[in-house]
Amino acid sequence: MSILADTQAAPVQITTRALSLLILLVLAFVAVPAFAPAYAVEAIFLPFLALSLAGVGLNLLTGYGGQVSLGSAAFMAVGAFAAYNFNLRLPGLPLPVTILLAAVTAAGVGLVFGLPSLRLRGFYLAVSTLAAQFFVGWALTRFGWFSNHSASGIISAPHMSFLGFSLDGTVGRYLLALTLVTLITLLVWAITTSPFGTNLIAVRDNETAARVVGIPVLQTKLIAFALSSAIIGVAGVLWAFTYLRTVEPAGFDLDRSFDVLFIIIIGGLATIRGAFLGAALIVAFPLILSRFGALVLGGVIDSGVQELVQRIILGLLIILILILEPNGLAAILDRLSRWVSRVK
Amino acid sequence: MSHDDFLFLIEVATGGLLSGVMYALVAIGFVLIYKTSGVLNFAQGSMVLFAALTFVSLVERGVPFVLALIVTAAVMTALGFAIERAVLRPLANRSPMTLFMATLGLSYIIEGAAQIIWGTGVHRLDLGISNAPFEVAGVFISTFDLVAAAIAGVMVAVLTAFFRWTRTGLAFRAVADDQFAALAVGLRLDRIWATVWAAAGIVALVAGLLWGARLGVQFSLSLIVLKALPVLVLGGFDSVLGAIVAGLLIGATEKLAEVYLGPFVGGGIEGWFAYAVALVVLLVRPSGLFGQKIVERF
Repeated sequence: MSILADTQAAPVQITTRALSLLILLVLAFVAVPAFAPAYAVEAIFLPFLALSLAGVGLNLLTGYGGQVSLGSAAFMAVGAFAAYNFNLRLPGLPLPVTILLAAVTAAGVGLVFGLPSLRLRGFYLAVSTLAAQFFVGWALTRFGWFSNHSASGIISAPHMSFLGFSLDGTVGRYLLALTLVTLITLLVWAITTSPFGTNLIAVRDNETAARVVGIPVLQTKLIAFALSSAIIGVAGVLWAFTYLRTVEPAGFDLDRSFDVLFIIIIGGLATIRGAFLGAALIVAFPLILSRFGALVLGGVIDSGVQELVQRIILGLLIILILILEPNGLAAILDRLSRWVSRVK
Repeated sequence: MSHDDFLFLIEVATGGLLSGVMYALVAIGFVLIYKTSGVLNFAQGSMVLFAALTFVSLVERGVPFVLALIVTAAVMTALGFAIERAVLRPLANRSPMTLFMATLGLSYIIEGAAQIIWGTGVHRLDLGISNAPFEVAGVFISTFDLVAAAIAGVMVAVLTAFFRWTRTGLAFRAVADDQFAALAVGLRLDRIWATVWAAAGIVALVAGLLWGARLGVQFSLSLIVLKALPVLVLGGFDSVLGAIVAGLLIGATEKLAEVYLGPFVGGGIEGWFAYAVALVVLLVRPSGLFGQKIVERF
């Protein structure tokens, strides 16, 4: 698998990779807040960061662990609503603690809905994760307590600040999201290269063999569910608090779950950069298409039809990528960088 | 419990059983494809929508009922062959999960195409079946539900006979049993898959007509896939009989829970209750009610 290939890569390649990562981080932390227009940050970078993180979280479970989940949006919702309620009901709680508690809550819920994985595999498990999707959505709309009895069920995100700095502005929210995504991604990278990560891959590739060599299979699966849900929960906090600025169950429907799944398929399973590439495509794709549609057709078609066309093209794209490049955009990127280094 | 309460209980249970048949109707389309190709076809719901929308639009444009039925069946057959050629063949020998993801993409395409071609409006579909309830020993039963159940019964009988007594049916069973052995004795896998997808398209047409007559033909029709999935998990992905029994079981418990349990938790539990039932049963029997003992397929 590609993850094993990664660790065996030549040292030269690792340093170039580290260098390019460093340049990317400098660009993201300095250049984007300084030069990118506010609407680009709001409409592109913020949803991109939230969805990337959700992709990283799901990839840990599905890409590395082989447990397919169709309920990602439910865990995003749990994270967002937990953060909202911790913030509301424990006034003065520092932002990092709020987010950490939201992650822990999402992990707990993930653990419960991960229990079927101990007995079910494959499609049976995938379908049972839909239970999380529908149950969480139902509970959040049915019990007013979760949304503080707001009449419409839609609540605006609270003010955010850290060490006295307000994070409510575009740049503040962007830096918050970027910092969280960077830290958690590094953490996930460390997890995947740790003994636990190797156990996880072993469980994915051959459960019986993993059990034979003494890997605690059930424990590994449950930890994967909890970790993945915690990360997806934080992604939900980012989605609701930094991007949408509202918290509502409708923002976390089944389509969102599929989006996250598409991100890791399109980007490449069991790669960390894949989640980012996939998220970039999913976020940029509707924007490009609507620009392109307006340019070529000059507003001949109405927005409803355009949405349908978008759906069709997204569907085509998924099938095409599955057929042409099963390892996703990450594999294409690797080929590209190899080609570039040969040319040099 | 008074006599009236008891009658009400029977009535709720009967209504649940009959709507369970409707779930099973959708689930059978999944089973056909899963049995022969090991693919969980998420696009089955969008095929139901596509079939119903095509049929109702033809009828609205003045095409006679029977002709519209034939044309739609032909369209669904063509769709099945096209899917085999464009999606399944290039993905041959890939993991079942990859194929499942491909059907997710496929459902986006079919849903989008259906609505671009025929519009996004809501269509009324009248099959000429009365919806008036009639009374049996104090219990009211909907005529429409009963007719739907009868149609589902006929379909299952036809499918069973087809699998048991025709050459193609034998080939289907051979492929379901062991793909490599089937290939080795010279069965054309691509043709068989195309036929199965076409058959699933016809099943989708029947389900689409009955569901469409009940709910109106509109986008939400494709969401009945979410109703069929717990039925499949419970009955086993590869058992037609399982789909029927699980459909009945889930239909009845869901209706009973909605009426007797719903008021205590604020209602609206039909979205997830079926999944809960399926999960509880699966914790005891991981292969579902009638599924093959080997649950793992990848």
